[in-house]
Amino acid sequence: MTGPRIAVVDYGIGNLRSAEKALQHLNADAALTSDPRAIESADAVVLPGVGAFGACMQALRSAGLEGATKAAATDGRPFLGICIGMQMLFAGSDESPEVAGLGIIAGRVTLLPRTVRLPQMGWNTLDVVAGSRLGADLPEPTWLYFVHSYAPEPDDQSVVAGWCDYGRRFAAAVERGPVWATQFHPEKSGAAGLRMLSNFVGAVDSRLTV
Amino acid sequence: MLAVRVIPCLDVDAGRVVKGVNFLGIRDAGDPVELAIRYDAEGADELVFLDITASSDARDTMVHVVEQVAEQVFIPFTVGGGVRTVEDARRMLRAGADKVSFNTAAVNDPEVVRAGAQEYGAQCIVVAIDARRRTEGGWEVVTHGGRTPTGLDAIAWAERVCALGAGEILLTSMDRDGTRAGYDIALLQAIGEAVDVPIIASGGVGTLEHLYDGAAAGGASGLLAASIFHFGQHTVHEAKTFLAERRVVVRP
Repeated sequence: MTGPRIAVVDYGIGNLRSAEKALQHLNADAALTSDPRAIESADAVVLPGVGAFGACMQALRSAGLEGATKAAATDGRPFLGICIGMQMLFAGSDESPEVAGLGIIAGRVTLLPRTVRLPQMGWNTLDVVAGSRLGADLPEPTWLYFVHSYAPEPDDQSVVAGWCDYGRRFAAAVERGPVWATQFHPEKSGAAGLRMLSNFVGAVDSRLTV
Repeated sequence: MLAVRVIPCLDVDAGRVVKGVNFLGIRDAGDPVELAIRYDAEGADELVFLDITASSDARDTMVHVVEQVAEQVFIPFTVGGGVRTVEDARRMLRAGADKVSFNTAAVNDPEVVRAGAQEYGAQCIVVAIDARRRTEGGWEVVTHGGRTPTGLDAIAWAERVCALGAGEILLTSMDRDGTRAGYDIALLQAIGEAVDVPIIASGGVGTLEHLYDGAAAGGASGLLAASIFHFGQHTVHEAKTFLAERRVVVRP
């Protein structure tokens, strides 16, 4: 039996393979794809991202995948943004002010305070908001792997599923209905990260069996 | 709080881990994938693979190693050694590495750091600096295992590579490397004051106390060690317990 079909959006940036591998490890039928039709027909979509906000947005656009990605994050299918893939859901980022984001979640991405070493590189704890589905059954304390200098500031804090502290308190995970996103890399966060991805796969499964 | 990372380093020659890795409960001590799984299970926060393959024929082997590690190990890892060009970086990142480290290539052509960071982001570009004390004070950047002096001042070089886009510095004291006498704390402090990016301390770890000194006195964000882990002298878990008992923030 194969699990739900999860499209991992491949727009040619950096190491996108680890998200695919981690989902496959959880027996999900996950595949990298740069075909908009595969994204449109998948049961769920994962948008990874590494590097700079502007470069990622531009690569997504020039790969012709902005429309299919936007649709996936707004048509009720489970959707997971990771790292820059989370940041791209917002209206824009101070990292690349001239480039618009996908504008799916209200708010902006801003630089972490210069009082700490940037990028934040390494394991930090997630303060999971009670009732969050992506944060269900995670070990406590929840250590997750972060690599970033910028972090989102959602206008509506009720979308925040988990907080992290580095220089300031920031939204490390958001969850609005089926749209989930994490600033950390669950695919690189050992057992805790795999648990979180398994929550995502579970959400895809339960939607399909309803 | 951000945890201090404990990072085992594996030297890989033509696809096999070398420098006498020898611990119990492992079928084949030379298999990088098996070792990576073992260190992950022990609680390693990250891994560094240094490709020391001399022959260019065997260089593709490292790509396969990276692919296999990425399939089975879900913690971050850096690949260094054979990474000379942006194209080399691309291959390693596409194969599944999270970061690549430039060393001699950056000395020969600093623009490779800028080009790599522009293409893939500063967060995956590490610059490895091998430094040796000068008799007149300060440190000089050396290459080729310390045999080749470059004339570059280590502090100025660290500042330069960060301005070019390095997201992390892997700082090895060539005076201490292999001595088991502890990290060069003054070097860590000097580079740490000069730049804002995270610094991984390397070179000289012989005891758990040395790891503690690297974090507490040296201010390092990551603590790299090889032999104390490879020979079964200490597990990564023991290292973290030791650090936690001394109030260094670590991921258990």
